[in-house]
Amino acid sequence: MQFIIQQVLNALQLGSVYALIALGYTMVYGILRMINFAHGDIFMVSTYLGFFAASFLLGRALHLPAAFTFVLTLVLAMIGTSLLAVLIERVAYKPLRQAPRISAVITALGVGLVLENTTLATIGPEPRILPQVIPVINLNIAGVAVSSIQIVILVISAIVMFVLDTIVRKTMTGMAMRAISFDKTVVPLMGVPMDRIISITFALGSSMAAIGGVLYGIAYMIDPYMGIRIGWWAFISAVVGGIGNIRGAMVGGYILGFVEIFVAAFFPSTYRDFVVFALLLALLVFKPTGIMGVPVVQQKV
Amino acid sequence: MKRRWLIALVLVLIFALSILLPHFGILNLYLQQVIMYVGINIILTISLNLVNGYMGEFSVGHAGFMAIGAYVSSLLTVLVFPKPWGPFVFPLVLVLGGLAAALAGLIVAFPSFKTRGDYLAIVTLAFNMIIKSVLENIDAIGGPRGFMGMSKLTNVAWVYVWVLITIFAIRNFIFSSYGRGILSIREDEVAAELVSVNTRQAKILAFVISSFFAGIAGGLFAHVLQFINPRSFTILKSTDVLVMVYLGGIGSITGSILGASIYTVLLELLRPLQVWRWVVGPLLLVILMITRPRGIFGLREARVLIPAEEVGADAAATS
Repeated sequence: MQFIIQQVLNALQLGSVYALIALGYTMVYGILRMINFAHGDIFMVSTYLGFFAASFLLGRALHLPAAFTFVLTLVLAMIGTSLLAVLIERVAYKPLRQAPRISAVITALGVGLVLENTTLATIGPEPRILPQVIPVINLNIAGVAVSSIQIVILVISAIVMFVLDTIVRKTMTGMAMRAISFDKTVVPLMGVPMDRIISITFALGSSMAAIGGVLYGIAYMIDPYMGIRIGWWAFISAVVGGIGNIRGAMVGGYILGFVEIFVAAFFPSTYRDFVVFALLLALLVFKPTGIMGVPVVQQKV
Repeated sequence: MKRRWLIALVLVLIFALSILLPHFGILNLYLQQVIMYVGINIILTISLNLVNGYMGEFSVGHAGFMAIGAYVSSLLTVLVFPKPWGPFVFPLVLVLGGLAAALAGLIVAFPSFKTRGDYLAIVTLAFNMIIKSVLENIDAIGGPRGFMGMSKLTNVAWVYVWVLITIFAIRNFIFSSYGRGILSIREDEVAAELVSVNTRQAKILAFVISSFFAGIAGGLFAHVLQFINPRSFTILKSTDVLVMVYLGGIGSITGSILGASIYTVLLELLRPLQVWRWVVGPLLLVILMITRPRGIFGLREARVLIPAEEVGADAAATS
């Protein structure tokens, strides 16, 4: 029993990170109908930004309170990542808005490769771990090991997802996003500033990735190529939930976290990919548009 | 009629050169290797273009089919046939690898009826990951360590022959009535069905042909390198093929040949930059995509590849 609870906790921890990154995929897809394959690498860059921000803040012996250092690290990583994502959108994706949909996808693949290899060439391939921005306290509750890191990850992701969901459902910006997602041609005629809304979407999505990145960096090792695997995993989360659907992305992230952790707990770890993808295929055969997705009207590619 | 003889003459001449130049040591081993990689990539690119370019689907797991071809043909040459037979059974072995890959293509084609577009991307991606994962878990064929012991059976002439077969087969397929059905699926699947195109059959056919040639390319690849492991066939390899398809242009055999050649040679030329070549290469791709979103040759074809009676009609259709 304790073993199961322990695994549930681990699954929630990993699932939170997947869910946060999946949000970025799903938001961009909702608005531009484009799979932003560079998103996983934007997440990777954000972990490095978090790494440098944390090293800087801790290295100066500023003696700031731990909570303050942590929040500052998060904010710095979010700002840096958002700026990068908006820049990428402006330079690489905007010129392709009228082009065939696939051109933008290939551009995104190219941007992703540029990001990961630039990181590899400048920072080096060795895995790192974020400096201790939050004090690690290991608790033992009825035989289940709980660390302060896990609690922080769960609480922060829950808050962030709630805030994002509220933004999209309640604010004017969120309404504009949903409107663009509904009909891209008519909405600008209603006086909605398309370009600004798209930039905000990219900034919001990559901020989520940055939060996920910093949380991931304090719990696991980071390296320049991690964006590929985690990016794909998050993308699959978005698809499992129904791509384009914000709540679906969150659900999908947690499902994938659970599947991955439980497969690793009960099977040899080499079977992980196999089981995850077999389940994914089975799901798509029975529910071709994901758990919460609605069938999209067929479009020309 | 005269044109056809001229083409045949040129092709035979190149075939003679592909045997003679390496034989007399005019092409060094490194150049031979690069030429063989270009050829293998051309086969991969043209075969993927059938699904992604001509049919308008988005398949991203081409390396999975390649892996099946590579493993099946390597297992056959090493474990089934005695080593001295190698050069003689090589074509048979390749075809068997291709058939195994085609069978896998058939299996992948089925879930693809239910999904489309981005979800099909996931199905093929999942297939790619499953193949890699299965190969890693079968210890009898080396597991993650890989498989070796093949003799270097692939040479420039063989690659050349298979490139020709691929171009010939896919070109004739595209200009056949089945091929027209596939083109119509790209333009509008619903309308295609209304004019009585059997879309199920057309999709199966395109997938199977595409994966067959990917399997052939895999077999050739395994017998150049003489070593394969599951990590050679990851999603990164699939991405490479995708890049070559879209670089050259969707729905164009000429484009595929150009895309594969340019990308392979360019990455070879950038080798002195070391790590930075993986930055410069993709950056060039991004710039190209922004300036030419349809790729270098998108939807156009060199005249040689268009049937003589259609040259005029096709030009009118694409202009």
